[in-house]
Amino acid sequence: MAQTYFTEDHEWIRVEGDIATVGITNYAQEQLGDLVFVELPEKGRTIDKGDTVVVVESVKAASDVYAPLAGEVTEVNDGLSDNPGLVNSAAEKDGWLWKMKLADKAALDGLMDRAAYDATTA
Amino acid sequence: MAEPGELKRLPLHDLHADAGAKFGGFAGWSMPLTYPAGVMKEHLHCREAAGLFDISHMKLFVVSGREAAAALSRACPIEADALAVGQSKYTFFLNDDAGILDDLIVTRVGDERFVVVANAGNAVADEAHLREVASGFDCIVEALDRVFLALQGPKAEAVARDAGLEIDSLAFMNGRETADGGFLARSGYTGEDGFEIAVPLDAAQALAEKLLADERVEWIGLAARDSLRLEAGLCLHGQDIAPDTDPVDAGLTWAIPKALRAGGSYIGADALAAAIAAGPCRKRVGLKPEGRQPVRAGAALVDGDGKPVGAVTSGGFGPSFGGPIAMGSVDVDALHNPIFAEVRGNRLPLSLHPLPFQPHHMRKG
Repeated sequence: MAQTYFTEDHEWIRVEGDIATVGITNYAQEQLGDLVFVELPEKGRTIDKGDTVVVVESVKAASDVYAPLAGEVTEVNDGLSDNPGLVNSAAEKDGWLWKMKLADKAALDGLMDRAAYDATTA
Repeated sequence: MAEPGELKRLPLHDLHADAGAKFGGFAGWSMPLTYPAGVMKEHLHCREAAGLFDISHMKLFVVSGREAAAALSRACPIEADALAVGQSKYTFFLNDDAGILDDLIVTRVGDERFVVVANAGNAVADEAHLREVASGFDCIVEALDRVFLALQGPKAEAVARDAGLEIDSLAFMNGRETADGGFLARSGYTGEDGFEIAVPLDAAQALAEKLLADERVEWIGLAARDSLRLEAGLCLHGQDIAPDTDPVDAGLTWAIPKALRAGGSYIGADALAAAIAAGPCRKRVGLKPEGRQPVRAGAALVDGDGKPVGAVTSGGFGPSFGGPIAMGSVDVDALHNPIFAEVRGNRLPLSLHPLPFQPHHMRKG
């Protein structure tokens, strides 16, 4: 069964096997406001933890989304090109950003679960 | 951004908080950036109905006395004594090099009495500058403490009338003082018809609540104020114009009365006359990114060879325009060649776009 982890940078990571789907949390999209553009990475890109992988642009400003873990990008959410507002309307579901093959699944242990994350934004 | 604790609070802060505003720092003030509807809906609402903005961060001055007109004609490139009572004029404080210290609206509200509306970010410097200039004349400068509201949009007139505001015979770019010690002007920063209303603090909340009780009216935050003014092609001082920009390079020579373009007794007259004679070195233009990706203020502009040709001065997304929009300052020589913005290592193609991006709907009267 898929398990979901969270970071202090307001990302969620849903893990199935060694593939992780990454997005920003509903709290993060509320803070950013209406998104008008999402710059997605190239498939196949190798990323290190902390790299800027995605840039989300609201009406007013651009914000970086960082790699929560190391790995290789296997898929990006192409639907966001035409409909970046999907991140606002469904941040933790259809508004996912990219999928990656994790370099080291053990690194997930350092992340938060839902309850711990919710406590940081309460 | 400064800590919220260091920022000044608007007099109506609690009213905004109760409305669910998200606050952010701007020019030393904690300002409502967005309300729960969000910037996109707020922007569109203002274009379709009526938006209410709290612009109390902006500063109002009254200049009054026998030589008030002469003082303002020294401080600004205007003929203040040629303004009719009730008439407003968009103008500037210039430095000796004709650089724009601030852009302002001056309204003649009496034979010897003028209201000056200045930008928040320059309010302290403006006051010092105005007092220094005025000290050579027989006049008094007063800084007013007011709540300043803007009511903007195609339904602003009907809303204002129903709220009992004294708007009869008030045409766009006209203003007057009101019986209750306020100031009411038909002007704005959105490209729409509308009013800017300064009221004493004790009357402010009741007025805001009365306007908000009208179902055509919604609060609009600073984020949508910025996207509205960018679509309208209006300058933000500190971004699109600054002390190192003169009105010629800013494309704002239209704001200088013809009789003052060859010189005059206002500060910066000689430099401005020389700049007008020489013609612009760069031009303020509308820029339309070709894709969906916005370009932001500060992005470098280059030509096809990568040679710098200017900079983006304001940029974002135009909700009514339906795509990314920007303004920038471009070398005159580069205007007829392809232009690109450098964003995160990529060169994004831009095309020139006439300003404004959205047609103005101001009521000329």
